Amino acid sequence: MAETQTLRQWLLTDTPSSRRHAKLSALYQGWLSFRANTMAMIGLWILVVLVLVAIAAPLIAPHDPFVQSLGDRLAPLGTEGHVLGTDSLGRDILSRLIYGARITLYIVALVALIAPVAGLLVGTVAGYVGGWTDTVLMRITDIFLAFPRLVLALAFVAALGAGIENAVLAISLTAWPPYARIARAETLTIRTSDYISAIKLQGAGPLRIITKHIWPLCISSLIVRVTLDMAGIILAAAGLGFLGLGAQPPSPEWGAMISEGRRFILDHWWVATMPGLAIFTVSLAFNLLGDGLRDVLDPKAGE
Amino acid sequence: MMGALLDVENLWVKFPSRNGVFDAVRGVSFTLGRERLGIVGESGSGKSMTGRAILRLIRPPGIVEADQISLDGVDLIKLLEKDMRAVRGQRISMVMQDPKFSLNPVTTIGNQIIEAYRLHNNASKAQAYQKSLEMLEAVSIRNPERVMRAYPHEMSGGMGQRIMIAMMLIPNPEILIADEPTSALDVSVQRQVLDIMDKLVKERGMGLIFISHDLNLVADFCDRVLIMYAGRIVEVCDADKLHEAQHPYTRGLLNSLPRLDMPRERLEVLQRDPEWSVAPSVSARL
Amino acid sequence: MVRCPKRECPIVNMLEIDNLNVWFGKHRDRVDAVKGASFIIGQGESFGLVGESGSGKSTILRAITGLAPLWSGRMIVEGQPLDHQRRKTFFKTVQMVFQDPYASLHPRHSVDQVLGETLHLHGFSDIDARVVKLLDDVGLGQKFRFRYPHQLSGGQRQRVAIARALAPEPHLLLLDEPTSALDVSVQAEILNLLADLRASRGLTYLMVSHDLSVVGHMCDRLAVMKDGEIVEVLTVDALRATKASHPYSQHLLEASL
Repeated sequence: MAETQTLRQWLLTDTPSSRRHAKLSALYQGWLSFRANTMAMIGLWILVVLVLVAIAAPLIAPHDPFVQSLGDRLAPLGTEGHVLGTDSLGRDILSRLIYGARITLYIVALVALIAPVAGLLVGTVAGYVGGWTDTVLMRITDIFLAFPRLVLALAFVAALGAGIENAVLAISLTAWPPYARIARAETLTIRTSDYISAIKLQGAGPLRIITKHIWPLCISSLIVRVTLDMAGIILAAAGLGFLGLGAQPPSPEWGAMISEGRRFILDHWWVATMPGLAIFTVSLAFNLLGDGLRDVLDPKAGE
Repeated sequence: MMGALLDVENLWVKFPSRNGVFDAVRGVSFTLGRERLGIVGESGSGKSMTGRAILRLIRPPGIVEADQISLDGVDLIKLLEKDMRAVRGQRISMVMQDPKFSLNPVTTIGNQIIEAYRLHNNASKAQAYQKSLEMLEAVSIRNPERVMRAYPHEMSGGMGQRIMIAMMLIPNPEILIADEPTSALDVSVQRQVLDIMDKLVKERGMGLIFISHDLNLVADFCDRVLIMYAGRIVEVCDADKLHEAQHPYTRGLLNSLPRLDMPRERLEVLQRDPEWSVAPSVSARL
Repeated sequence: MVRCPKRECPIVNMLEIDNLNVWFGKHRDRVDAVKGASFIIGQGESFGLVGESGSGKSTILRAITGLAPLWSGRMIVEGQPLDHQRRKTFFKTVQMVFQDPYASLHPRHSVDQVLGETLHLHGFSDIDARVVKLLDDVGLGQKFRFRYPHQLSGGQRQRVAIARALAPEPHLLLLDEPTSALDVSVQAEILNLLADLRASRGLTYLMVSHDLSVVGHMCDRLAVMKDGEIVEVLTVDALRATKASHPYSQHLLEASL
């Protein structure tokens, strides 16, 4: 780096001097346009806070989320020592929410790893290879799409047994078909483009074309779609928890907390409302982030 | 200003961006009479922006500024958006490069023309249908009844462009702005479309602003030519004298064209002088 | 007729096309894009294919490169008949430059990646040195090496596309309207570059264009196409002397003078 250049100038250069420089510069430009979107930044900050809270849960939670204290049960908001009150077993709701953030992130991370990757594989192969492969893969996708999501997830959980891992698996199995459809649609347009013809003329095989040329272009729209779907995934997980098929008590999973609280909803509304608000906030944050990412990642825009 | 339909003075189009304001058009002035005025330049010269700015069709965050854009004494720059809508299409029409993107793909051509006609005129369906047929005949379409029933995708590029011109002519505008109307067409079809536009200008006494990148075409077809570079007018000349143009940019463009009648070993490459983009815009007001 | 500038050649033609038919779709949807086209291009020659849109001129290029798989007839490159499968050795002999430089470069790949991957695919080992050399050869230079397509102008993109086509050191370059998407001043630069490259590397060109004056400038001979058929093959000199015999060629000539 030249002495007279600031880091900012170095990052915004039009003439990158190395591969790493070019990558960093592209990332920084993307970050700049993302930062200009206030709502997306709000979403990002909420999620950053959520991650920090999940990591530091033992340090910031005022109480143990599992310790029951039947004498303090159903304490209202603002009670001494229990800012968000306590539930029917006298457990501190704030602490349970804080620990619940870990479970939520765990679910989100696992689903985000499994569903889009499966969808990407199926969709790009179907779209690029075409013919019988396409027909078979897409009919399988259609079968999955034809079932209502929660019902299918319920069936999977019923077959696999209740529990958080099985819930994640069930949600992933029901979440991938839309990604496969998106990836296939994108692949169909990319497949006929000149730059794919050009790399074919260099003798590149289908494997290289799919992984190195088609994936990078599909991934951005999938990332956007995943972040926009995250709210639905959290809600699906919460729904399974609510029905008693996801996280099992005494786990402080947010959906399970609402399920427990619903018995008292008329007299002690906060028991169910507080985890509901947490789910709402995180879902909203993901939606805002997804919207902002769409503006940055869309390869057709920004040129 | 006798005989001038449109008087544009000191027109600017500005786009604020992260690195300051980008000026796409910088202080352009010209008048348009009942003539064919060509605007030539390369991509990024601001020629299309000039055409759109007259109709105030620049999307935000873009800004249009001008001392005046006067249409018969009415300053378009000062009009409310509501009144501007009455000017667009009604008094000044615009034909774009690719007819495919300007026609609605799910409606028949007939319905689109009739709808456009009834939007501007208080007419019954039957009258509008009759009028639409006349319009299509005016742009040399041989069996207008069949074309009226067709969908845009059934039309070739040349037909599509003729239909667009027909639609633009329905309100009988005083000025037609044509932005690269023939660039997407084959040479033989190009000629036909140009002839139609030419006939209309002559018969109806319209003013035509013909925006193009093709010097030879403009020299052939227009009366007066503005040459734009980097948002400015660098030279104004009569179209038949374009080949004697003085400005080094115009000369460079002309010399960089390969010519069948004058074979050369190498084509001349335009050497761009930074001076050109700093020099003030030449006024083309009469 | 057949010249041989650099490479030592036994008198073998660079490309022979004999009674080529190309079609798309099957059965009732079948569209015949090229019908019975025949022509021969000698080593080191520059040959033009002229016609209006839909005349099938680009389809011939796509059939040669294997991008249009449905064809019949005979295509012979450097004495080797082509079958329906293209091998790597073929792509070391024949390369193509596409019409629209805005569509022919991968939007997420830097110039370095584009050229590096091409060289890697053709099994070169000194990739770094070759990327540098290619960029110099097409007049771009080092400072463009790590840029992405959106940081390049149309002319610069087309230079990158030409560099990519030159990377495997081909003998025959197929040019599909290489300048029709560019401004005239940029067109002049690219045409000059192509002329220089042909002279220095002894390349053979097959150039498709709708612009007679471009083909007249670049080529020695040309074929005029209409509705999928070649109506006339003539030399550029004959064209200039308005000796075209077919009425359609005369019509095209009139339109572009």
